Amino acid sequence: MDPKRSRNSHESVNSSESTRFPDEVLERVLSLLTSHKDRSSVSLVCKDWYNAERWTRTHVFIGNCYSVSPEIVVGRFPAIRSVTLKGKPRFSDFNLVPENWGADIHQWLVVFAEKYPFLEELRLKRMTVTDESLEFLATSFSYFKAISLMSCDGFSTDGLAAIATHCKNLTELDIQENDMEDNGGGWLSCFPENFTSLEVLNFASQQGDVSFDALEKLVDRCKSLRVLKVDKYVKLEQLHRLLVRAPQLTDLGTGNFQQELTPRQCAELESAFSNCKNLHTLSGLWDATSLYFPVLYSACGRLTFLNLSYAALQSGDLAKLLPHCPNLRRLWVLDTVEDEGLEAIGSSCPLLEELRVFPAAPFDLDINRGVTESGFIAVSRGCPRLHYVLYFCRQMTNAAVATIVQNCPDFTHFRLCIMNPGQRDYLTGEPMDEAFGAVVKTCTKLQRLAISGLLTDLTFEYIGKYAKNLETLSVAFAGSSDWGMQCVLRGCPKLRKLEIRDSPFGNAALLSGLAKYESMRSLWMSACNVTMNACKLLAREKPRLNVEVMKDDETDSQVDKVYVYRTIAGPRRDAPPFVLTL
Amino acid sequence: MSNLLVEDLRGIELSLGLPGGGSEAETTVKVTGKRGFSETVDLKLNFQQIQSAVDLNEKMKSPTKEKDPAKPPAKAQVVGWPPVRSFRKNIMSQKSTTAETDKTSGGAAFVKVCMDGAPYLRKVDLKMYRSYQQFSDALAKMFSSFTMGNYGTQGMIDFMNESKLMDLLNSSDYVPTYEDKDGDWMLVGDVPWEMFVESCKRLRIMKGSEAIGLAPRAMEKCKSRC
Repeated sequence: MDPKRSRNSHESVNSSESTRFPDEVLERVLSLLTSHKDRSSVSLVCKDWYNAERWTRTHVFIGNCYSVSPEIVVGRFPAIRSVTLKGKPRFSDFNLVPENWGADIHQWLVVFAEKYPFLEELRLKRMTVTDESLEFLATSFSYFKAISLMSCDGFSTDGLAAIATHCKNLTELDIQENDMEDNGGGWLSCFPENFTSLEVLNFASQQGDVSFDALEKLVDRCKSLRVLKVDKYVKLEQLHRLLVRAPQLTDLGTGNFQQELTPRQCAELESAFSNCKNLHTLSGLWDATSLYFPVLYSACGRLTFLNLSYAALQSGDLAKLLPHCPNLRRLWVLDTVEDEGLEAIGSSCPLLEELRVFPAAPFDLDINRGVTESGFIAVSRGCPRLHYVLYFCRQMTNAAVATIVQNCPDFTHFRLCIMNPGQRDYLTGEPMDEAFGAVVKTCTKLQRLAISGLLTDLTFEYIGKYAKNLETLSVAFAGSSDWGMQCVLRGCPKLRKLEIRDSPFGNAALLSGLAKYESMRSLWMSACNVTMNACKLLAREKPRLNVEVMKDDETDSQVDKVYVYRTIAGPRRDAPPFVLTL
Repeated sequence: MSNLLVEDLRGIELSLGLPGGGSEAETTVKVTGKRGFSETVDLKLNFQQIQSAVDLNEKMKSPTKEKDPAKPPAKAQVVGWPPVRSFRKNIMSQKSTTAETDKTSGGAAFVKVCMDGAPYLRKVDLKMYRSYQQFSDALAKMFSSFTMGNYGTQGMIDFMNESKLMDLLNSSDYVPTYEDKDGDWMLVGDVPWEMFVESCKRLRIMKGSEAIGLAPRAMEKCKSRC
């Protein structure tokens, strides 16, 4: 044992006899572990391993920012370089969580600034991030390299300007799907002239112009740039200028793809694309039509991920493009492609693993549009490796889903959204219970499930009985009684996240999970039949859970929203007035 | 799709106020003299009051053995449903805005439809339909057996019969009206379908007795032309 090691010296002396490996060896081995699940397991073996693990952990993943406090995190892990934090419940993406609910990053940054001066990476999802926080981040961590914000809110382009100005070693600026205030595109000009380290730049969710000149110069001098996703205000004729300066790109998000180009401009663009030999991911393509698809053909053969969800393509457009993309593993489209478009997918993309079909007009209850069960069947026939699907449709049948999972038994993520709540099998008039029964019986690897349509408790009986690997379940307008939810809570051993809205589950259902919630990350129930008394009882029985209630009406005993999650940090100290912690 | 209507109707709260078209009932219809009815309307409307439809459907619904499953919401648009992120919601509307400035006939023509007494407004894309008949069918599905009656082979309503028009407008049946690009409120059915799609800004289905304010002026225009 090295006497210079001052950490835990009193412990080391006592345990040195029982330690088989010297600390250095153990730590060397453990430092190779990256999976946080593995690390969690390691830390439970014994005290020595717990210590070795905590000293060697460089990345911490916190799935619920309120499950732990920043003080506890820095106390346990002294050597962190990279933090991933997730904040609000997922239903906040759909406006079910009021504003100012919380999940503000600032207090975390304040603590990190003191204890992790060498922090390099911060990845946030569904957190509130202000410009002030971004400025604080940019000026507090001199070695800061990578920031990724997904579905965050509270900041503007001013915050990006702060990052660009101060982070001299920045490699990654990844702003995805955010609610970002647009105060102009001048932030891109804030990168210093001698700044060349950028590898990832994603500002696709910006809602305004950027200084193209600054962008072009930046792309030109950052020779390691591999991911570039611009916003829709970058024109098609400008794209060529970016591509010729960055032929090494692996991941491109174009801007607007609809503009009159001269034949010469087309030829130039086509040539630029064919020089991008490493391009495997393509997105953006706002307002694309098939008119300019030929410029892409030379690059399409190498594509593994194509995101067409901003282009309202027709089936013919897709049928023209896809034969050039035989290597696609992931494809996102709008339902404007209709079933014929999906047939084209089935016949052109045999290696497809993930398909997402988004609705172009989700709030139009016009039943003549979009995709149906037959498109889904066509894909399942042509793409046997399909394991991830997100499918928005207006009609579905139990028989179709049974066929689909027969064709593709390896589903790990099955998210089916029949857009009209409580809709039956349109051929038989029955509930959609058997569809999801087929899914859970056949797809033994299923980790994530989102259900829809008219569903009785039978669906939940099936889920509880068969979905042994299920981790995340999303429920809306489903079920008949408490029994349904009880089946799931009793039956799914790996359940971590359960989110329920507008379903007739009440107090008995809520309380039946008493023994289970501490093994889960969180439970969300809104517009169900839960009352204050049950929530209070739950809170009383389980002090290590936070039971947070949001009510519309002060006097009513009915609870509108309840969010239950395990925590070692105690009740929130930053809860807004509309959140009651019981 | 009748199930949809049953469940929609059963959940309706009857204490709702007027839909968006309410205030327009008070405004007087401007007369521009530019357009008028060339023919009288011959509309057969058999819209049922929502309340009676509810009763009717209650009797029609067959008893189920299991407990009633969760009722879908009464409102046409529920908060956060379908679960689509806000940045995705705007794709089609953005596309239709750019389409309007394009010369091509692509893009959509979404107009709001309100019906007096209905608890929710709807939106339809007029470009999805080729004729008044198709349109009438779609409206029927949305507003529970509302039909606009029979149309001629060219899709235009026979407006020649003045007395039929007056009968209709004196009854408590519903007539479809629309606001055109000039801001005038017109009875639906007078112009060829394509022209209607181009000029219609929004629709309001109102009681015949309220629409009567439109008709006499229209009848005058019609008379002055013939």
